[in-house]
Amino acid sequence: MTQSAEHVLDHFELFRGPEYQQMLANKKKMFENPRDPAEVERIREWAKTPEYREKNFAREALTVNPAKACQPLGAVFVAVGFEKTLPFVHGSQGCVAYYRSHLSRHFKEPSSCVSSSMTEDAAVFGGLNNMIDGLANAYNMYKPKMIAVSTTCMAEVIGDDLNAFIKTSKEKGSVPAEYDVPFAHTPAFVGSHVTGYDNAMKGILEHFWDGKAGTAPKLERVPNEKINFIGGFDGYTVGNIREVKHIFEAMGIEYTILGDNSNVFDTPTDGEFRMYDGGTTLEEAANAVHAKATISMQEYCTEKTLPLIKNHGQEVVAFNHPVGVTGTDAFVMALSRITGKEIPEELALERGRLVDAIADSSAHIHGKKFAIYGDPDLCLGLASFLLELGAEPTHVLATNGNKHWAEKVQAVFDSSPFGKNCHVYPGKDLWHMRSLLFTEPVDFLIGNTYGKYLERDTGTPLIRIGFPIFDRHHKHRYPVWGYQGGLNVLVTILDKIFDEIDRNTNVPAKSDYSFDIIR
Amino acid sequence: MSVIEKQSVAEIKARNKELIAEVLKVYPEKTAKRRAKHLNVHENGKSDCGVKSNIKSIPGVMTIRGCAYAGSKGVVWGPIKDMIHISHGPVGCGQYSWAARRNYYIGTTGIDTFVTMQFTSDFQEKDIVFGGDKKLAKIMDEIQELFPLNNGITVQSECPIGLIGDDIEAVSKVKSKEYDGKTIVPVRCEGFRGVSQSLGHHIANDAIRDWVFDKIPADAAPRFEPSDYDVAIIGDYNIGGDAWSSRILLEEMGLRVIAQWSGDGSLAELEATPKAKLNVLHCYRSMNYISRHMEEKYNIPWCEYNFFGPSKIAESLRKIASYFDDKIKEGAERVIAKYQPLMDAVIAKYRPRLEGKTVMLFVGGLRPRHVIGAYEDLGMEVVGTGYEFGHNDDYQRTAQHYVKDGTLIYDDVTGYEFEKFVEKVQPDLVGSGIKEKYVFQKMGVPFRQMHSWDYSGPYHGYDGFAIFARDMDMAINSPVWKMAKAPWKQAPKPLLQAAE
Repeated sequence: MTQSAEHVLDHFELFRGPEYQQMLANKKKMFENPRDPAEVERIREWAKTPEYREKNFAREALTVNPAKACQPLGAVFVAVGFEKTLPFVHGSQGCVAYYRSHLSRHFKEPSSCVSSSMTEDAAVFGGLNNMIDGLANAYNMYKPKMIAVSTTCMAEVIGDDLNAFIKTSKEKGSVPAEYDVPFAHTPAFVGSHVTGYDNAMKGILEHFWDGKAGTAPKLERVPNEKINFIGGFDGYTVGNIREVKHIFEAMGIEYTILGDNSNVFDTPTDGEFRMYDGGTTLEEAANAVHAKATISMQEYCTEKTLPLIKNHGQEVVAFNHPVGVTGTDAFVMALSRITGKEIPEELALERGRLVDAIADSSAHIHGKKFAIYGDPDLCLGLASFLLELGAEPTHVLATNGNKHWAEKVQAVFDSSPFGKNCHVYPGKDLWHMRSLLFTEPVDFLIGNTYGKYLERDTGTPLIRIGFPIFDRHHKHRYPVWGYQGGLNVLVTILDKIFDEIDRNTNVPAKSDYSFDIIR
Repeated sequence: MSVIEKQSVAEIKARNKELIAEVLKVYPEKTAKRRAKHLNVHENGKSDCGVKSNIKSIPGVMTIRGCAYAGSKGVVWGPIKDMIHISHGPVGCGQYSWAARRNYYIGTTGIDTFVTMQFTSDFQEKDIVFGGDKKLAKIMDEIQELFPLNNGITVQSECPIGLIGDDIEAVSKVKSKEYDGKTIVPVRCEGFRGVSQSLGHHIANDAIRDWVFDKIPADAAPRFEPSDYDVAIIGDYNIGGDAWSSRILLEEMGLRVIAQWSGDGSLAELEATPKAKLNVLHCYRSMNYISRHMEEKYNIPWCEYNFFGPSKIAESLRKIASYFDDKIKEGAERVIAKYQPLMDAVIAKYRPRLEGKTVMLFVGGLRPRHVIGAYEDLGMEVVGTGYEFGHNDDYQRTAQHYVKDGTLIYDDVTGYEFEKFVEKVQPDLVGSGIKEKYVFQKMGVPFRQMHSWDYSGPYHGYDGFAIFARDMDMAINSPVWKMAKAPWKQAPKPLLQAAE
């Protein structure tokens, strides 16, 4: 018995004890009908080969370890960015349990959302009654200022009509007639969570700007000097939105963050649970129609939202998750151009500090090969930053990236001599990435928590940037946007590089001549 | 901090009844009427907890429940390690349940073992319109080619599958035949079926019956020489290694565990189970169905057990031994005696730090009762409990064997009710899931995730109890809780008049 009260062993060590090792070996040998170890080894080696890669890339139907989630997750993410808004997902209830868990596991925060809990009877008769009762219950219990409705695949397959359902619910008195219930159809079998973000954001803006589903006059745009900012689906929303606010404030720009969920995903522990916190006020959401321009930080999260805004007479500008010096330069220069405001010395100093940091450190990154996966915009931002650091983003992969995205990534490669041997993989998954890492190895992998399996299998060190990050804490509180954010990304990459150098040089009397204390 | 111990049972009962009345006030009348049936105060001597259960959740409330898919893929089938489980439908369900339950296993992932992978048919609009059967067949071919050492395939249906009328059974049969009788199991666990995860467990159990057991010829020779002491562990998902710290005890007492379900389980073990002399059942809720089936069809008795905390472990070891001869009975006593010094040391260390502390629980279908004994071993008291997806027989077991007079009972608790109950009862610890964790921590209430052990574990067995005790101490006595209120905001705001 290895366990003791004095030094409690948990799973990390407990099962390495001889009695457990023996037990597990017996179990395998006698009862699991295991494969011949030589055969396992043979297949393991085969799965690393170009031949396997070819078969793997020939896949047409199967998806293995995809780097994307489904639309409604994005819709929930948007909804909580508005003042006292409760996301209401119309469909079967298990989905909501999943969205709430997924967001909580990433942000280490509560995630509030209700479901209309549709079951078999709703599958047959439609979910109207679930909507009528659900809105009434949610309204009474959680006292939201707005309920933002989206759908799951179930409600979409049976064809529930949200507009009509919400109208009927209001007629039946579930919520007052003038109460704000924006909605978006977000079928899980179309696009991904970034599509859901887009649809939900569009749904909310449309609601406020275009007559609240026929219950109010459309807003007449009276242009003002404000700038709207839309962050897109972003695992760093807490740090990023605060950083973006800092930039706006430094420049003296009046702004509206649309879908500002930076506070609701970063509430304090002080004895009170805040179900709602911060968020774009409903007044701001409505008034955003008058803004001079809207900036989207992530083009692929706003493919439908931006045209809607543009049709209301505003200028729209889209970025692809800019990270680093030139990306942030483009962002602040666009702000300056649109608003006519000078870029203040404060930001120039921050910029200079980031450039300084790159100058100090880029020698360690220069020429290194990276594989990147994640959402389409994030991949673009990171690839550009790596090129700026003199690195090669050798494999860039987005399960939810399309052909248009691939062309954009290729253009980024083409813009730099370091992009020469780099390739883009739209619509591929992490099992494809595994083949890439075996057949065309790189020095580092950048992606979310799921990349740890790739790190283990292929030995490619993983730098965790993306969503979700479940197995490291508090990353979302640090921005990756702005010059400050660029510094965080740089340090994250450097830390891993230095850890790897140390790990590879720490064998006494063998490799430790390079085990340096000064780098 | 707790106010409970300072009150008489009568006062507690009155307080709890008042609390229930208070939370019901917020609902519209129809909803209040329905929710009222799920909330109660336990009365000593009653045969159940006096609440309705396993009934549809109310739309628009924040239920903690999941769905049938979660019950089948997430709980029962997912941990079977040498089979590939296809999340059949859109991408999300598989993504959100990907490796989230910590079902530990030994195996070469991606080669002969597949638990922490996400296989999905990633349904697109055209699959909804034209049906997904052809795609499913092709997926199986691709699995065979790229993962040749898989020992079987299951199809875990997501919502659209049943709605569009796909025939996954037909595809499974055709493909099984094509691959020389390979085990391919279609599972109709669409999320809209039933009221919670619970139906998914049942459906998954039935799939094992129909597509694994019924496939084995009656005269098939077992892969091993049977013995008189062969048992199967049923309903342990090996979260943080729970099944391992359980299995070791059964083996130490002289039994032979021929199968383990489903944590660290394999198809061969599923197939071997009907050869067991006794099925020992940990999670009654999720696997009683298949245990009953084996009793009827193969004449294998089954026995529930509880491996949380030394009192229940000893009781359970003796109960299991009672099905066998003196050799095993002596074995049970030997095991209990062997671990007694460890248990004494754990309790001596942690009980003084935990004595008198109160706990409120809300978990799935087993732990709301099973962990109560472990808390009591540490001198703690469970003052409120309820099930996400328990049935009436779970509440009967709870009432008859676990809870004390006056305990607050809440079935399928809503987020609103749970917050209010905790706010007013002020327990020293809440044990529930990830969705609840941060809510209560923000309130300054210590919390442990009782689904995933908060990424710790195992909690089962004697080795697990040491970890359980340490974790509860760590949660309750962490210095962080004293910092929750800023020192300049220390004005007390008791919601109930505390006696201290």
